[in-house]
Amino acid sequence: MLRLPVLRHAAPTTLDEAIELLAAEGTMLAAGGTDLVPNLKRRQYPEAKTIVSLRRIPELRGIDLLDDGSLRIGALTTLAELVADDRAAPALREAARAVASPQLRSRGTVGGNLCVDTRCHWLNVPETWRRAAEPCLKAGGDTCWVAPAKRFCWAVSSTDLAPMAIALDATVELAGPEGRRRIPLEELYRNDGMAHLTKAPDEILVALVVPPLGDRRAGYRKLRRRGSIDFPILGVAARLGFDGEVCTDARLVVGAIVSAPLRLPQVEALLEGRPLDAATIRAAAEAAGKAVRPMSNTDLTSRYRKRMVPVFVRRLLDELVGASGATATS
Amino acid sequence: MRIDPTHGIVGAAGPRVDGLAQATGTLRFLDDLAYPDMLWGKILRSHHGHARIVSIDTSRAEALPGVHAVLTGADLPVAFGLLPVSQDEHALAVDKVRQVGDPVAAVAADDPDVAEAACELIDVVYEPLPVVTSIEEAVAVVDEPIHGEGPRDNRHREVSLEFGDVDAGFEAADHVREDVFFYQGNTHAALEPHGALALVDETGRLHLWSSTQVPHYLHRIAAKVLELPEHRIRVTANPTGGGFGAKTDVFSHELVAAKLALVTGRPVKIVLTREEVFYCHRGRHPVLMWFKTGFTADGRITAMWCRTYLDGGAYGSYGAASLLYTGQLQTTTYRIPAYRFQGARFFTNKPACGPKRGHGTPQPRFGLEIHLDKAAEDLGLDPVTIRKRNLVRPFSTTVNHLRITSCGLEECLDRVVAASGFADKHRSLPPGRGVGLAVGAYMSGAGLPIYFNDMPQSEVMVKVDRGGLVTVYSMAADCGQGSTTMLATVVGEALGLDPGDLKVVTADTDLTPIDLGSYSSRVTFMAGNAALEAAMKLADLVLTAVADELDVDPDEVAIGRGVVTAAGRELTWAEAVRIAEARWGLLSATGSYKPPKDIKGDYKGAGVGPSPAYSYSACVAEVDCDPETGFVTVEKIWLAHDVGRAINELLVRGQVEGSVHMALGEALMEEQAFRGALHDGPSLLDYKIPTVLEMPPVETILVESVDPEGPFGAKEVGQGPLLPVMPAIANAVHDALGIRVDEVPLRPDKLLAALRDLERGGEGRYGPTKLPDYEFRSPLPVEPPPEFR
Ligand SMILES: Cc1cc2nc3c(=O)[nH]c(=O)nc-3n(C[C@H](O)[C@H](O)[C@H](O)COP(=O)(O)OP(=O)(O)OC[C@H]3O[C@@H](n4cnc5c(N)ncnc54)[C@H](O)[C@@H]3O)c2cc1C
Repeated sequence: MLRLPVLRHAAPTTLDEAIELLAAEGTMLAAGGTDLVPNLKRRQYPEAKTIVSLRRIPELRGIDLLDDGSLRIGALTTLAELVADDRAAPALREAARAVASPQLRSRGTVGGNLCVDTRCHWLNVPETWRRAAEPCLKAGGDTCWVAPAKRFCWAVSSTDLAPMAIALDATVELAGPEGRRRIPLEELYRNDGMAHLTKAPDEILVALVVPPLGDRRAGYRKLRRRGSIDFPILGVAARLGFDGEVCTDARLVVGAIVSAPLRLPQVEALLEGRPLDAATIRAAAEAAGKAVRPMSNTDLTSRYRKRMVPVFVRRLLDELVGASGATATS
Repeated sequence: MRIDPTHGIVGAAGPRVDGLAQATGTLRFLDDLAYPDMLWGKILRSHHGHARIVSIDTSRAEALPGVHAVLTGADLPVAFGLLPVSQDEHALAVDKVRQVGDPVAAVAADDPDVAEAACELIDVVYEPLPVVTSIEEAVAVVDEPIHGEGPRDNRHREVSLEFGDVDAGFEAADHVREDVFFYQGNTHAALEPHGALALVDETGRLHLWSSTQVPHYLHRIAAKVLELPEHRIRVTANPTGGGFGAKTDVFSHELVAAKLALVTGRPVKIVLTREEVFYCHRGRHPVLMWFKTGFTADGRITAMWCRTYLDGGAYGSYGAASLLYTGQLQTTTYRIPAYRFQGARFFTNKPACGPKRGHGTPQPRFGLEIHLDKAAEDLGLDPVTIRKRNLVRPFSTTVNHLRITSCGLEECLDRVVAASGFADKHRSLPPGRGVGLAVGAYMSGAGLPIYFNDMPQSEVMVKVDRGGLVTVYSMAADCGQGSTTMLATVVGEALGLDPGDLKVVTADTDLTPIDLGSYSSRVTFMAGNAALEAAMKLADLVLTAVADELDVDPDEVAIGRGVVTAAGRELTWAEAVRIAEARWGLLSATGSYKPPKDIKGDYKGAGVGPSPAYSYSACVAEVDCDPETGFVTVEKIWLAHDVGRAINELLVRGQVEGSVHMALGEALMEEQAFRGALHDGPSLLDYKIPTVLEMPPVETILVESVDPEGPFGAKEVGQGPLLPVMPAIANAVHDALGIRVDEVPLRPDKLLAALRDLERGGEGRYGPTKLPDYEFRSPLPVEPPPEFR
């Protein structure tokens, strides 16, 4: 078994205490630890000295239905708990259910999933790799092995929940030394594999707030090699509102392509204001395929993943148009 | 001699004798062993694919508090290798490293963290050398070959044989076709990582525990490398959490743990990480292969020429045998009147390949079964007919001198075809859906031992105490396949006793008589026969003593379930045993098994392939392919297997289902792939093994041909059922989409590439087209057996 580096462990019981602890250098937050621990074991965070566990902070737990019909999901809610909660939008539950495996969903949290580190097959490698080849940019080196020409990290945003939650227009509550703020989830992300979160390192994600779906339809489809365990190598999330046959508002988000969940406004525009017949859907799907450029840094080839984008977008839209309120995963 | 079961013990589907302990977690695996004063060993491994070791400085590591010993290659200078012809490994590298993961130095420390920290403090200066990672590169002459002195190429071994007149066979053919295939390497990925624990016992002898399938070979090699007499070493094989061939070699960590225990005088344990297991490998060879076969218009094979190119990795391991296996068993399913086989294995700077379930035969079987499917299409025949026209006959000899005895191949074929509705489905299912067929055969144990000797391959001793407890002693190592249950069942059947009531002592070189190991599917046939012989002798002692005691004719005494009956009287087993002990003294008996000598030819290479019996399998796969994503869903597998006789039906079915699961991974996703000399993803997340969600329903059909020489007629089941599954899936994909993916794994991107080729007017194929630029020497002619002349 790979061993953890020697670390200090802190388990504060309040948010303020946790935020204070985070001010020190080399501290890292842990919720379920299902992403953090394997990365630590691979020595991906050489700067880590202290792990601040959030698990004893009661404020971060629980799912509440707010007065405006929104669902406020505490950051420590496990994915299994979210999957089981029938107040949540079926599409969100499906996206949560598409994460990892049953064991990991019992342990992994919503907050951890939204913050899950970006991934790359030059980065998530054992130490032997770092010894053999010069470490990649994100591992402290000077070169991105995926695209060495540019000093830019292409590590992939690998959360299943975020694309779906962004499509559902979710916001997140953050708490930091400066106090609390609430931002659209979309704004939590930045397309930079080195620093994919816009929040400050000492800010804690407190809750995910998802507005009610109403009579809109939403769904999520995930590409991965196996029916369980595997991270997404493409995720497609959509939410569609209709007035009769006509699509009035569309949100389309692709995950696991670049370093942030990627909203595709140009494709949304192709859907809005018209009935979603087969030709419209096909055109939107093709446009989505053209809009993205996966890199060779995860399972299966980048060409293959690019080819799958229009297929997955079309299938998801077909399904949403075909069945009201349907959700879909694959 | 054919012995039929009469007590209903053989053939039942009872639980494993160790099943409860396995299921409740009380079975003691290697990592469960611990001693209070135990130290933890750790091996520093090379991160270079190929490099000269300029210097190693261990002083900083030695100075670290908590470190008890540091070893380098100089401490274990004796070379070893499992096959006598391949003594090319060192427990710790001497002079050179040849693959990433090669052991370079080792430490024993108070705890695993100190051991790891100490490894970090060992300063090794390497001079990197050019790295060779493919067959194409390995055929080139280089200054710095992986083994030996340059300039030369990196060929390890070559074989070139011809049985009968192949050119004449091609000339006589109505149709000749050629195909190239590639079989990607993959690894065993047994759940339990390898481990070893060693200590010096109170008498000064070394005791080495290991999660190994081959305690006897480990014993021999430990003696050699540690330079100790064999009688000073005791090897115990723990029950393993899966082997599949991964644990049939001897590894650095076993020898290093032993040496560290000798040096420190304290118990030392080493358990490998998953990454280390991936680098230890010894799994499936990547094989590029070429088939050329002549057929008559009605589909009969006139001649076959097969060439194989093996990417062997950095060491010999079992490779010399693996190479021969890629050619030798083609003749065990089809009657091939003339056969030329040329193969070469090359060294590359990657983890050494070796035996994995099916050892060297899944690769050519994949090629051959697709090749036949294509030929059938050329000739306007269906896949069943072309196979039926060529089936090997029971009790015959193959052109390469393999002795075939019982053979249920035709029944296997007929029954999977009938059960699956193959004839109605083939070419008739809706687009995207298809069925495919393939067959296979495997050995029930290699006819020859790994090192030359004339002694038995398996010996079993049984002993009975006054309470009636029968203890069976055998070195057979249960690698999860159920050999311990098999021994209890065979002896139990002979003595009328419930397998769960017997005691079986296994896999300990101090306590048990020889068994060569759990490889080549040899244990049921060989240890089973030895156990049966011992049990029959013991039964005879009991029967004659009881006959004497009761003054009846020995024929009137019979063994029943837990009783001995004679002339209307019934004694309990324990009563009968006490009578026998009074008569004979200690009640014990032994049995030995050595394969017959007449099962092989007389040519160089003839030692690999012969077996006292072959198992046969046939498989139909039904698949659903998504033409847009290229994903293949295997909907169902029908698998008929000729096991001779099922000793325990539950375990036989378990082996079939496990084989199908492993085959599914090989067919669709598993790849031991590399970026340069580094493993592409040495973890169970990145190395894709099918989950339970990918596993299709399996309909297992057991065919019992009752082999005349197997124990109660039994043959192997551990490996054979894997073989036809990969080509059956590939053939089913062809039926579904009209494309050919001539290599494994059938990844979705490859299916899409083949579909694209089809759309653009090509033949709809994805796969290799070229052979390496390598000249085989001209084949050695071997006179075929009389029936082929
Ligand atoms: C084999 C395997 C397969 C996986 N497959 C998937 C998959 O298919 N899809 C997927 O989305 N994920 C997958 N994961 C990743 C992970 O299991 C999930 O994303 C999980 O939800 C992470 O939650 P956690 O609580 O365990 O996070 P942690 O590991 O505890 O944290 C993850 C990151 O988020 C930060 N963090 C955690 N909570 C907070 C918070 N409240 N505020 C601020 N920062 C925080 C941590 O500092 C850390 O950097 C997989 C992991 C493994 C090991």
